[in-house]
Amino acid sequence: MLYFSKLRITIVTLTTLLFVTIASSNFFKPESYFLDKKINLGLDLQGGSYLLLEIDNGPIETLKLQNTTTIIRNYLKDKNILFTDLRILDKSILFNINDDNIEKVELFFTDKESQINPYYIQYKSHQFDLSILGNQFKLEFSKYGLVEIKNSSQDQAIEIVRRRVDEVGTNEPNILKRGNDRILVELPGLDDPMRIKSLLGKTANLTFRFVTQNDNDTFGVEELSFENEENSALVSKRIILSGDNLLDAQPQMNNQTNETVVSFTLDRVGAKRFGKATRSGVGKQLAIVLDGKIVSAPVIRDAIISGNGQISGNFTFQSATDLSLLLRSGALPAPLNIIEERTVGPDLGQDSINAGVIALTIGFLLVIIFMFFKYKIFGLIANITLLLNLFLLIGILTLFEATLTLPGIAGIILTVGMAVDANVLIFERIKEECRYEKNNIIAFDTGYIKSKTAIIDANITTLIAAIILFFMGSGPVKGFSVTLAVGIFTTLFSVYFIARLLTGLYVVKNKEKVNLI
Amino acid sequence: MINFNKFYKLFNLISAILVILSIIFLLFKGLNFGVDFKGGTIIELRVSDKQINISTLRKSFNDMNLGDVNVKKFGNERDFLIMFEKKDIKPDNIETIKKNLTLSIGNSFNFRRVENVGPKVSSELLKSGIIAIVLSLAAMLFYIWIRFEWQFSLGAILALFHDVIITLGFFSLLGLEINLSIVAAVLTIVGYSMNDTVVIFDRVRENLRKFSDIKIFELTNISINETLSRTIITSTTTLLALVSIYLFGGEILKGFSLAMILGVVFGTYSSIYIANPVLVFFGVSQKTILKEDK
Repeated sequence: MLYFSKLRITIVTLTTLLFVTIASSNFFKPESYFLDKKINLGLDLQGGSYLLLEIDNGPIETLKLQNTTTIIRNYLKDKNILFTDLRILDKSILFNINDDNIEKVELFFTDKESQINPYYIQYKSHQFDLSILGNQFKLEFSKYGLVEIKNSSQDQAIEIVRRRVDEVGTNEPNILKRGNDRILVELPGLDDPMRIKSLLGKTANLTFRFVTQNDNDTFGVEELSFENEENSALVSKRIILSGDNLLDAQPQMNNQTNETVVSFTLDRVGAKRFGKATRSGVGKQLAIVLDGKIVSAPVIRDAIISGNGQISGNFTFQSATDLSLLLRSGALPAPLNIIEERTVGPDLGQDSINAGVIALTIGFLLVIIFMFFKYKIFGLIANITLLLNLFLLIGILTLFEATLTLPGIAGIILTVGMAVDANVLIFERIKEECRYEKNNIIAFDTGYIKSKTAIIDANITTLIAAIILFFMGSGPVKGFSVTLAVGIFTTLFSVYFIARLLTGLYVVKNKEKVNLI
Repeated sequence: MINFNKFYKLFNLISAILVILSIIFLLFKGLNFGVDFKGGTIIELRVSDKQINISTLRKSFNDMNLGDVNVKKFGNERDFLIMFEKKDIKPDNIETIKKNLTLSIGNSFNFRRVENVGPKVSSELLKSGIIAIVLSLAAMLFYIWIRFEWQFSLGAILALFHDVIITLGFFSLLGLEINLSIVAAVLTIVGYSMNDTVVIFDRVRENLRKFSDIKIFELTNISINETLSRTIITSTTTLLALVSIYLFGGEILKGFSLAMILGVVFGTYSSIYIANPVLVFFGVSQKTILKEDK
């Protein structure tokens, strides 16, 4: 019926007022608000950078295979089992075992207590899948073995990424995992991500190794080029010291040579190792290798036991600062590739906001003018409902601190256009009912009841589309789906509670009037 | 009362022709995928020097060896959109482009927006876009099937395909760019078109219960007429909102709002001339509905 209890009127009024208040907290900055929530602006509106990084796990997998090969070699030797032809081929480890030992060796890899092929209880799977063909054993990473590698490298990488971004000191960065080999970095307000990109693009794997002349070093040697790409040197694979042992690194001006250097401090273990190596290596050249390139290769004059040192290498002050930052924040477990980048300048963001607000205002005005001319007093009710609906929508977005994007604004405008639909359906139905029913109040009531299924069905279909968009869409599009979906709920609330209340009050007052609508 | 059903045949023919034309365009001309789905780089650039025009920019960018570079105006005289499809994203390529551009046209420009999408991401986005559209069509089909009868479901789905295919056909014809927001628009069209169809179907169902002696051919016409003023008013207000986004919402939302405008126009039309003739075709009667009620 069209009569409402006082309680209902109070609840509807209070709810509406509450949301109007919450919504308006976006526009004013009152001091004593109980809520200091705000709608977040998406990167497309406030300007900023969105970077999607993918971890290249290839090198880690190769390393892991090499380590496992060594482990298998030692393990089998330990157990006095003869094996031949142990090698890595196409991401798998191959070796041959003679007939007598096949079953025994098989157990080494398939036992749940296996020491060389760890069993992950949570996945019910070993790290490696074993297949035996005749005498040949073949080990390949199992599905979960790969997952495990990816997860752990992602965990490490996100930590390093966070440190590096924090060191640069941007405003409220957002760093999140995506899948198991990606990292999303959102940098609001940053319109030139160049520096961050170059910092994140470096693994920063630092090692100190001796330069050698003979290529029969016990650890093996490799030829590495200098950073200028012109010269190269033969460097031992034996790592004296790595970036892990660094406590601190800072750019510094060397007063004697007037050159920018990176000075570093080693931890206790590092200092000891460095001292020992430099003592025995006086006169030798020490290569400082960063990501496979030699930064510099100074000759050791004295043993360095203090745990302090300097890296020189044609740095500008900027590049020395960046290198120190990279060394302080640690090495990435694997290289990161930027696979998606979206940057919006703050002025474009502001332009988009302005355009959105203008479009919203004009769209809203057009709709309310149209509605007023079409339905007069009921148009006015629909318009009040529409305005309150807008506040409800913004209020809810504020309450959940949702992110508003440019397509999100479009979603709000679209809601304005579509929100009148429910009221129109009701009004048109009431009009029809009025033709047969002389009692205005009954006509109104029937109008509301009979239009219900159409309204519910129509809104659910839009809601389905919005939900699918939310789960499948990314970034800005997600913002659109959120406003669209929230808009459906606020529309239904405002139509069935606010508009119904207002029409009810009006109809009850004018129940004798003919041609009411 | 307007005799909509008199024109069922004529408009079905027109729709069929439009759909076939759209499919031909989609097959042979294809869609103009933007960097979201094709991979590559977009740079939105604003110049402050009036001397710089589209051809100087084109020349400068062509000299940079970036492959096929597309330069176009973006909204006004000072804004340009540069698109190219270089596959590998090096962390410093934007910086290099900036430097090269400064060398050739001076520094009276700034990059307002840069989007760089790698081939892997773009193919994933395309895949998830297609999945989203297919999924929403399936969900709608399912929902209508539950709420109504299968004949209604089929009618609604045909209307949806009609709207989506023709909208995409228009985009193909005009060579407009398909990006992520167009997928959002298409999904919203799906929702809207459905919304419109459901309102008329709801009335058809109600009338089927009320009148046992009126044939479906007449009945759809009555139902369309009864809901006509609502159809017109809602499409009008929605279009008012969308036109306002198209005209004032900025360059970035142009494609999105255009797709929506087309979708609303065709969605409204198809509810009348696609969805309802399907009910007529299958001879839906009171029996069809009563079976459901039992």
